[in-house]
This record gives sequence, structure tokens and C-alpha cells, in this order.
Amino acid sequence: MEELSIPRNNPISPSAYPTIYVRGLTKRFPGAPVAALNGVDLEVASGTIHGVLGLSGAGKSTLLRCIARLEKPDAGEIRIAGSDWTSLSDADLRHERSKMGIVFQQLHLLSSRTVAANVALPLELHGTPRAAIDLRVAELLAWFGIADKAAQFPAQLSGGQRQRVALARALATGPRVLLADEPTSALDAETRASVLSTLNGIRDRLGICILIITHDVRSTASLCDSVTILDAGRVVESGPASEVLNRPSSEVTRRMLSFTQSAYVEQDSAHRPHFEEIGQP
Amino acid sequence: MTGVLPALLSATLETLLMVAVSVSFCVVFGLTLGAWLAISSPQGIAPSRSLHQLLAAFANISRSIPFLVLIVLLLPFTRFLVGTSIGTAAAIIPLVVGGTPYAARLVEAALLDVDPGLIQAVVTLGASPAQSVWKVYLPEAVPGLIRAFTVLAITMINFSAMAGAVGGGGLGDLAIRYGYQRFRLDVLVLCCVILIVLVQTIQFGGNALARRLDHR
Repeated sequence: MEELSIPRNNPISPSAYPTIYVRGLTKRFPGAPVAALNGVDLEVASGTIHGVLGLSGAGKSTLLRCIARLEKPDAGEIRIAGSDWTSLSDADLRHERSKMGIVFQQLHLLSSRTVAANVALPLELHGTPRAAIDLRVAELLAWFGIADKAAQFPAQLSGGQRQRVALARALATGPRVLLADEPTSALDAETRASVLSTLNGIRDRLGICILIITHDVRSTASLCDSVTILDAGRVVESGPASEVLNRPSSEVTRRMLSFTQSAYVEQDSAHRPHFEEIGQP
Repeated sequence: MTGVLPALLSATLETLLMVAVSVSFCVVFGLTLGAWLAISSPQGIAPSRSLHQLLAAFANISRSIPFLVLIVLLLPFTRFLVGTSIGTAAAIIPLVVGGTPYAARLVEAALLDVDPGLIQAVVTLGASPAQSVWKVYLPEAVPGLIRAFTVLAITMINFSAMAGAVGGGGLGDLAIRYGYQRFRLDVLVLCCVILIVLVQTIQFGGNALARRLDHR
């Protein structure tokens, strides 16, 4: 983790837009009484970690799925590293996807592939030559401290190791944006701390833009530079993390901060932290 | 007893030949048809209602015809392809035609068993629909496919006995002609014992292979 020499495949070019630029994003699912997203704005600059916080049903997952273009929004604009993802053709979108890495809550590693082959997958999909793939994979595995696991299968690894494989895969193409969906939710306290410091390291060394979707207020407070609070598909509050979480101006934010403990309790009881561990943001 | 041993041996070989050849064809055709069924299904990679219904109708029609009737229906086709409608080679044609839709449905189920979230994750990595099929769908389903083909092979042994009864040879044919029509209970029982051993071996081998290839 000390030495980071990962080359960027996508050089950062000056752009009029921040790395993630979302305007007026609206999505309503057929048959749903209310819109899942209702005019959401979001801007995240390179080299920063932004947290999207909300209670369950606030629209966090829909926002992530729209930004990842797994859903087509009804209205609004999504620009990733300058290019408009809402107007791209399928082929262009596939090409542009090398600019975005995603770590899913369930990780979604391929059980039929070894650790090395999982990390190699995005490069294979984008037609990278074999020799370059091997070099890049070795580099990433070494950086994440899992070089000795290269020939193993994901099922043989611990939860924390699998998380690092997922991160290595997400960063394989040298993306400008990293999306992380509840990156800390299924982990024990120790692994959670290690994942958070890894994300911190990725921001500092790679200077990319990291968007974290979570209800884990505590980790967000310590990690994020800025946050957006989502409720009922709308942005209720947005700004520097220290400001929003220390002096919440909305009822929802206050409620979420006071519910931090119960939000943990809802999870697997094995991961339940001590109350004093949560502390004040 | 010694007189029937060569007959038993050649009948076993005929059954093995019929099953091996027809299963091979069914795997190839079944994988193709089954993959398209899964891809076009509502939960598939590229849902297409009309394509799915067309393929499903095809798979259902041939599966709804009783196998014995299918053999008779296919007689002219078999004669056209093989030159004769009697014998082991001729029996393989109805076996393939009857087994393919069955194999396709088994393949479809094995593929739809792959976590859809996994496919979506790979799409966000930049996979085209074809890449999703070749690099994720099929490799991830390998253990399920092995189990499906084990079931298929055992069903084909069963079918081959019916094909045998109308001149295809094999253990089923021997059991009927010697065991039943010539009142040779020993031959009847021996045929059944060989069939039981065959089925057990295939099931055991299939399970072992699936376990070996399953990294979940």
C-alpha cells in the first residue's frame, strides 16, 4: 500500500464539468406511485470522496444504478469525465465504461474465475493485449496485498480479501470514477477500517473521484470530503461532510444521525458495533 | 447361458454407442437452443418475447410427442438421412430429435440459475451481450450444465431402450426379445442389472465432475 505506481489508462483532461456531474436526474418505475429519483443534482470533483447518504428507500440504489447506466433515467443529465452518458450509443457506452469502476455490495466476483482472472476481466472485455493485462493484474494484486492469492478462487478467500479483489477489478482499467455501494456493510469492524483506509489511499494516490452510497453515517463522517443527503428521491442537503453532519439543517439528516445505532442493528448481528464505538460525528 | 453372453456384450456396446452419439449431438444442439432460450427469456441478457415464445413452442411441441410415436413419425426422415430405418445408427436420429428439446430446457434452467446481479456487474465492466454469454453466463453455469447433461445421459439410456424395441438394438431390445418373448428371465434380469450399473456410473461420474468444477 506504501508504493503506488498504477498508471492511468485514461489521462485526466481538463473539462468544463466536474468528474461526476448529475443534473435534474429523474426516474420513475412503472406502476410506482412516486418517483424514485426526483430532480437529483450531484457534482463530485476529482480527488474527493463524496458520500450519498439516506435511509432505506431514499433512492440511493436507484441513483447508483442510473449513474452506472444500469437504468435509463427518465430525465436529466449524467456526465462522467465530461462525456454525456445519457446520450451515448450502446457501443460508445461500453467503451466509456472503462472510465468507471464499481464495487457492488455483493461484490459479484466470478466464482468460475481465479482472483487474477477476475481482475483481468474488464481488461479482456476492452480488448487489452494479453501481455499488458498480465502486467497490470500483477501490479494491482501486489498493490492490494493479494499477489499470493492470484491462482485461488474467490470462494477460498476471506471477506476482506474478496473486497480487495473487487476493488482491484474496479480499478483495472484505470477509471476516473469509483462507485462503491455500501462498501462497509457486510464486514466486521476490523475489515471495515481496512476498507476505509484503502479507499482513502485510492483517493490520495490516484486522485480519482470516489462516490460512496451508504447508510453507514459513521464511516462517511470519517472518510468523505462532502456528502449529499437523499430522502424520498430528492436531495435535502449537500455540502462539506463536516458541515452537514455537524450542523444538519434538515430533519432527515438529524433523524439519520440519531438512528445511526439502529441502522447498525438492522444488519447482521455479528457486525453490530458497541454503542460507544459510534460516537458523535 | 454362455450362448447369450456375446449377445449381452454386443447389446451393451450398442446401447453405449447410441447413448454416446446421441448425447453428444444433444449437448451441441441443446446448448445452442438452450442458450438462446435463456438469453431471450424475460430474466435473460437480451429479453425478446417473440423469439423466446417461438423457441419455447418449438421445444414444447417436440417434447409433447410420446417418444415411441416420434420414432414412427421420423421414419421417412431417418431413412433419408441414414439410408435405413432399422439398426443402431437409425435409432440415433429420433434419439437426437427427442433429446434436443429436453436438453435445451435443462440448459436454459442451468443458465438462468446464474445470478442476474453478476451479469449486470459484468455489463458495467463494459461487456457486450456476446461477451456476457461467453465470458460469464456459460463459464459460471458449468457445474449446473454438467449436472444437466448427467440427467440427459440417463434419460437417453431410457429412450434408447424404446428405440431398441423398434429395431435399434441395445439392451432394451435384448431384454424384450430374449427376456420377454423367449421367456428368458435370466437375460431380462441381466439386462436390467447392466442398465442399473450404467446409470449409477453416469450419475456418479457426473456428480464428481460437477463437484470438481464447482468453485462456489
